[in-house]
Amino acid sequence: MYFVRRILFAIPLLLVISLLGFAMCKLVPGGPFDSERRPASPEIERNRLARVHMDEPDWKQYLRFLGLVWKKDANGHWVHEPSTWNLSLKYRNHDVADVIEQGLPVSMTLGGLAFLFAMGIGIPLGFYTAVKQGRWEDYGGSLLALLSFCVPSFVVAPFLVLAFAMKLRWFPVALWGSPWHMILPTIALGSYFIGKVARLMREGMIQAAQSEFVTAARAKGLDEITLMFKHALRIALLPVVSYAGPMLADLLTGSFVVENIFQIPGIGIYFITSIENRDIFMTVDLAVLYAILLIGLNLLVDFSYTILDPRVKYE
Amino acid sequence: MSLYNARRIFRRAFFLLCLGMVVAGLGCGRHEPPADLTIINNIEPESLDPAIIVAQADMRVVSGLFEGLTRLEPVNARAVPGLASRWEISPDGLVYTFHLRTNLVWSTGEPIRADDVVYSWRRALDPKLASDYAGQLYYLKNGKEYNTGEITNPALVGVSAPDQFTVRVELKAPTAFFLDLCAFPTLDVVPRRTIEKYGDHWLRANPLPTDGAYTLGAWRLNDKIRLIKNTNYWDAANTQSKIIDILPVGSPSTALNLYERGQVDIVWDKELIPSELVDVLLKRPDFHAFDYLGTYFVRFNVTHHPFDDVRVRQALALAVDKSRIVKRITRAGEQTTSHLVPPGTANYESPQGLDYDPERARKLLAAAGYPGGKGFPRFEYLFNAAAGGGGKVHENIAIELQQMWHDELGITMTLRQVEGKVFWGTQQRMEYDLSKSSWIGDYDDANTFLGMFVTGDGNNETGWSNAQYDKLMAAANQQTDLKKRENMMQQAETILIKDGVPIIPLYIYKGMNYFDTNKIQGIWENVLDDHPLRTIKKIKTGT
Repeated sequence: MYFVRRILFAIPLLLVISLLGFAMCKLVPGGPFDSERRPASPEIERNRLARVHMDEPDWKQYLRFLGLVWKKDANGHWVHEPSTWNLSLKYRNHDVADVIEQGLPVSMTLGGLAFLFAMGIGIPLGFYTAVKQGRWEDYGGSLLALLSFCVPSFVVAPFLVLAFAMKLRWFPVALWGSPWHMILPTIALGSYFIGKVARLMREGMIQAAQSEFVTAARAKGLDEITLMFKHALRIALLPVVSYAGPMLADLLTGSFVVENIFQIPGIGIYFITSIENRDIFMTVDLAVLYAILLIGLNLLVDFSYTILDPRVKYE
Repeated sequence: MSLYNARRIFRRAFFLLCLGMVVAGLGCGRHEPPADLTIINNIEPESLDPAIIVAQADMRVVSGLFEGLTRLEPVNARAVPGLASRWEISPDGLVYTFHLRTNLVWSTGEPIRADDVVYSWRRALDPKLASDYAGQLYYLKNGKEYNTGEITNPALVGVSAPDQFTVRVELKAPTAFFLDLCAFPTLDVVPRRTIEKYGDHWLRANPLPTDGAYTLGAWRLNDKIRLIKNTNYWDAANTQSKIIDILPVGSPSTALNLYERGQVDIVWDKELIPSELVDVLLKRPDFHAFDYLGTYFVRFNVTHHPFDDVRVRQALALAVDKSRIVKRITRAGEQTTSHLVPPGTANYESPQGLDYDPERARKLLAAAGYPGGKGFPRFEYLFNAAAGGGGKVHENIAIELQQMWHDELGITMTLRQVEGKVFWGTQQRMEYDLSKSSWIGDYDDANTFLGMFVTGDGNNETGWSNAQYDKLMAAANQQTDLKKRENMMQQAETILIKDGVPIIPLYIYKGMNYFDTNKIQGIWENVLDDHPLRTIKKIKTGT
């Protein structure tokens, strides 16, 4: 019941997001067809706007975007006018749906790999530094974690390319198409999150290790390994899991920097270029797509809480 | 649901997710035959519809797919017979009669007839299509009238098909460069039936009928465009490469890395040369810089005080030491210029404009009422960030100009950098004092540069208007004698760059590209930076 309610609540939320996105696009100066060369007559400029209904008042453009415009035809019948949500103002031969259909699977593959990479290294690293708290292993590991989220991907990516693709020639420098092409971008995209995950994990573990139920279990004579792995770890994972939702939404929708440097045909690049191009419908569509992923994954996080922590119950 | 079950489901889901990713990862390994030639062009084309595209990079790809009545030859980029094998021009230069080749077919096998030419040109002018470059057909009788909605009957436009192999074109005025225009993508011949069936999505029809040297093998956004030789092309025997891959790459360093690793053969856009490295890279034998029909200049808004005074504009123009800009900032061996039309333009040689003369500049400024710059209001220089590898070029030029005007004339300019779309809009609405500008020639004729500053032209954007200039330009475009025409245009350009000065020309662009001349044949340096795909070939070295 709780989850059904949450899903229903997401619908008005998405509407608000699309309205806000649309309004912000409208507030930004510059239009989709402003360019270096002006067409030979002002009529062309007018026709370009009229073709995509951008000569209408803003409120009507938004209603049309939602597909809520009807027009009386010659016989006096109300006819539904097609929605503009799928129109790309920049890429005229493609729909927004095509752009997403071609780019999203690529970004999701890369994002998913980066997620596994960040979790696969971040969790053990956080666990290890927590267990070795206060010792040199802790300081070394924590420094590594700190470093990984302090160095942004636009520094990591060119460095990886220079070292492993240009000097050592182990991996391709860019493009997409084989598992070999995925390795450097996965590292470049995931490395930031390793640090985040490791730090959350370390703090979670330290707190869990000090909690009463652990002390009680220890007093009962449970051995340290079972204690840490079976009991403390599960509780310590909670902050990591709640962070994993938004992180996965972030990763699955691609990254402008990584896709640009490695020339990957994903969707991340459009989050930036659609705004630069004032490709208004695509911008709003992408914002809504991101919101759907975020809401969905947060829901999944809350659901997984019930599994990880038996104390959590949703009414 | 018991906790145990939930955990099992969760674990299974996680396992499936991992498995899915591995499968997806392996599945991405596509099995396509390797290309004979791989070219980095620039970013993803906006469209592949010849009537829609505006960017030069997009045109380089589209010219491989579609052709017009004429086409450009690869050496000097002059118009030579394309779909039309020959033509006659009436003595007054107003009527062109083109004769189509009789063996023309689309890549899918259907014949190409004169009706297709008529359809394609009317389509490009159709107000519903809203083509940016419809102006290229305004030279036709009733071309502008149909496009702007003054007349609604397309049959009145000056293009018709008296029989299936003849196209009759009526022009408004004799147009010296009309045959060059016939090779311009806007005038390419496109497949009517496919367009009428699929609308805006016609380029993704499979198979897509094309009439150029190539067909469209694949078009994956931001991934690649694969061109495959069109065996039905009338000149297919001379098409040099069977499969060409065009990669859309926006990052100059990625382009350079791919080239250095041998994954691409040609990188052919000047925006893809990192500006920080340009002087180093151009020393290499595989990097080429050549003259190009493009001019970098500064626009004055002549409606803003004090730039409404021509002496002020002349003073600013005379105080610019242009050699400092090309030596310190652009560094690709660009030529400084005092005129707008680049050298090398067909049938035209520019007059000299205002050269560096700080002494005269100070006198003019004093005569305008600002001795030593005293009392000169603060003013603003508008510019945007350069595309691709350009990096900070516009900004650095702005700083250099600011410095020069401060030192020579004692006046203070503030800099205002804005984002791309904001820049174009601000310039068009003339909400600036001075602005960074440039122009790349659409065709090899002085009119593509000088026509811009005729009163009322959409690209004038300076507020400058000169009746004598307008008269000379109009007369020049009526003139069929090339020598007389050149003379009129020279008089007009003198007014523009010496007497009126709504602009300060700074330097002539260099076209730049890189490829190994020992491995690649069929690319010649020409002022339009146009290199037909059909003539390019990679020599197999056996490695």
